[in-house]
Amino acid sequence: MGIVSPGFQGRPRSAAPALPPGQYLTPDFPVLSAGPTPRVPTDGWEFVVTAEDGTERRWTWAELMALPQETPTVDIHCVTRWSKLGTSWQGVSLDTLLAGVDTTARYALVHSYGGYTTNLPLADLRDGRAWVAHGYDGRPLAAEHGGPARLLVPHLYFWKSAKWVRGIRLLADDRPGFWETAGYHDYGDPWREQRYQGD
Amino acid sequence: MAGPAGGGPLTWRVARLVERRVETPTAQTLVLAVPGWPGHLPGQHVDVRLTAADGYQAARSYSLAAPADGDRIALTVQRVPDGEVSPYLTDVYAEGDPVEVRGPVGGWFVWRTDEPAPVLLVAGGSGVVPLMAMIRARRAAGSRTPFRLVYSVRSPTDAIYADELRRRTRDDLGLDVAYVYTRAAPEGWRGEPHRIGLADLNTHGWPPDLEPRCYVCGPTGFVETVADLLVGLGHPTRRVRTERFGPTG
Repeated sequence: MGIVSPGFQGRPRSAAPALPPGQYLTPDFPVLSAGPTPRVPTDGWEFVVTAEDGTERRWTWAELMALPQETPTVDIHCVTRWSKLGTSWQGVSLDTLLAGVDTTARYALVHSYGGYTTNLPLADLRDGRAWVAHGYDGRPLAAEHGGPARLLVPHLYFWKSAKWVRGIRLLADDRPGFWETAGYHDYGDPWREQRYQGD
Repeated sequence: MAGPAGGGPLTWRVARLVERRVETPTAQTLVLAVPGWPGHLPGQHVDVRLTAADGYQAARSYSLAAPADGDRIALTVQRVPDGEVSPYLTDVYAEGDPVEVRGPVGGWFVWRTDEPAPVLLVAGGSGVVPLMAMIRARRAAGSRTPFRLVYSVRSPTDAIYADELRRRTRDDLGLDVAYVYTRAAPEGWRGEPHRIGLADLNTHGWPPDLEPRCYVCGPTGFVETVADLLVGLGHPTRRVRTERFGPTG
């Protein structure tokens, strides 16, 4: 327990659902990004998986749409402490995209249109836990939320769910991305409150 | 780029209120003494954590309003009517009382005093807070870097730091401040209240060929609008840094 601030009571918490530590619920969908929102047209859009030997698998927008689609409903948790429960998405499982990729890599560096990057263990993209999402709440994903397509990895803090996703590079060794280089946690598990380096 | 604390884990430190300044009817500046504070860059923020007597905790992020000054830090808190943390800080928190702070956090939305490029600051409401830290750091460093602030507020009484900005525009060479009023303009103001638009940024910003560094901070919709306008005017996206805050607090 921390130092008590006299007179601080906080909100009534009997009805509060189970949230990761330090999070609060919001009905809104806040937007956080480091620069202007990229406007990425779907014609010319592509998604590229690059294996550690340089082998590439590419999908156009039409090819992504032709893959088996899933509609995950998941809770999301932002490192800035908002959480949103039961969000509905449409997208393609990373299991589908990685199925034909021959790799022994243990890490993934995700990169985005606009230059953003984030890293995570490749295992965290497998087993039905990650998607390339292009729909939200039954509609195309809005640009400010990462449209036309973003990564969706709900079991990690949401900065790992890279907006405007463009590709994934598979790596033998871990390499920090944009916020990880700026002092945020390398892994980012909300349930262990891994916000910053050293948490 | 340095980590939030320049490396090493971030620890919670006990901070005590030493001074409170009323800025507007809804915004106050809290000056806290934080023994062991490691220093920070203008534009960085801190996490503030409150603990109730039963152990319940709530934490929020607040921008640092002033450059590093020993173990003193300044936060400007906008009171959110239904908020959990800000009403406590503005209405209940008393001099000498403890809170916990952790930081500094954020190594991207920062301005370093040795950067030579002209600077455009665009603030919406309490988004002026981290930008004011840059203006104050510029003054403290004796920097001549040309600065322009375009500050969108609902009405003159909502302008945070209004007196200081007036004084600095007079005394700090190379600092210009322009206001955009969205609801009520002061008497004698030329023009009608309006939301920020292309003409405001064209008139009061820098042309792209001067290669300014642009910092935009405010509510999400405001930042989206301004960042799109700046990109439309020809500013490369890599020179436009943004910080958005949502409606919750």
